Amino acid sequence: MPHAFARHLDRPLLRDIAALAAGIFIVGLSFGAIASSQGVPWWQSAAMSLFVFAGASQFATMGIMTAGGGLAAGVAAGLILNLRHIPYGMAVGGVYWTSLRAKILGTHLLTDQSTAFALAAGDDPRKARHTYWTVAVSLFAVWNAGTVLGAFAGQLVADPAVLGLDAALPAILLALVMPSLKDRRTLAAGLLGTAVALAASFVLPAGVPVLLALVGLVVMWKGAKGTEAAA
Amino acid sequence: MMMLIAILVLAAGTFLIRLSGPLLRERISLSAHAEAVLKAGATVVLLALVATSAVVVEGDWAGWALPAGVLVGGVLAWRRAPLAVVVVAAAATTALLRLAGVS
Repeated sequence: MPHAFARHLDRPLLRDIAALAAGIFIVGLSFGAIASSQGVPWWQSAAMSLFVFAGASQFATMGIMTAGGGLAAGVAAGLILNLRHIPYGMAVGGVYWTSLRAKILGTHLLTDQSTAFALAAGDDPRKARHTYWTVAVSLFAVWNAGTVLGAFAGQLVADPAVLGLDAALPAILLALVMPSLKDRRTLAAGLLGTAVALAASFVLPAGVPVLLALVGLVVMWKGAKGTEAAA
Repeated sequence: MMMLIAILVLAAGTFLIRLSGPLLRERISLSAHAEAVLKAGATVVLLALVATSAVVVEGDWAGWALPAGVLVGGVLAWRRAPLAVVVVAAAATTALLRLAGVS
């Protein structure tokens, strides 16, 4: 299925998606490996990657559960981390809001990266749609393949921190949002929101600070009134 | 058994969270300005996610190696380097700093 969408994309974009997929594959390997090392059966980590498909929340919930932190704490941490998908879906939901099947699949495959790539595609709705589906389906494939492989070959897998992958994944997202930051009001909102999130992240549980960053959007309201007044 | 319940609840909850975005979107009439604000909202959250995951790990200062790698990747992206270059440079910077003993 990704081929049908990927056909419409140019080579530099496909290379970018391949670079992302390689990184996500290795993180998937490490997820499977860590789960197995904690005594989680391979089919459970595989089921989690298949049905949750949200890396950070999977690591969080799995980590809390295997450390004996309990069901409620484990699930709550994962769900709070995933709340950021609400603003993502509000921004790019229109991209996959077509047939019923596309709505269900597109909803399940919404991630940081599929959102960032769809946003980076700009104002061309066809390009955004092809980009979204190519990224979403590719990442779903490598994340699940990585999880299963990692669960079995756990000992052979290098630690993502040793490889520096924990720096590569944020750098990818940063590269993808950069074109949107050329808009000065978006940049102002982003810097204000990021300052709020950074201050909050030393006190509040992971997942909440990035939502607090949305207060940065006040800049946009002010700006809108400003332009109306000027007109 | 506990793990299975956790997977099921996390999967169902995450799907509903993901679903609520587009459903909320349908309920509001989308002017060009509202559309721009929604896109900016996702951009703001992504930027904050980049910054917090570069600087804070489990509620504590992440050390120098991680933000240094993200920064190198960011500068290369700003200079319009391909994503593969950004990935390798960011990862290599952080990995080499850690190898040299910089946490």
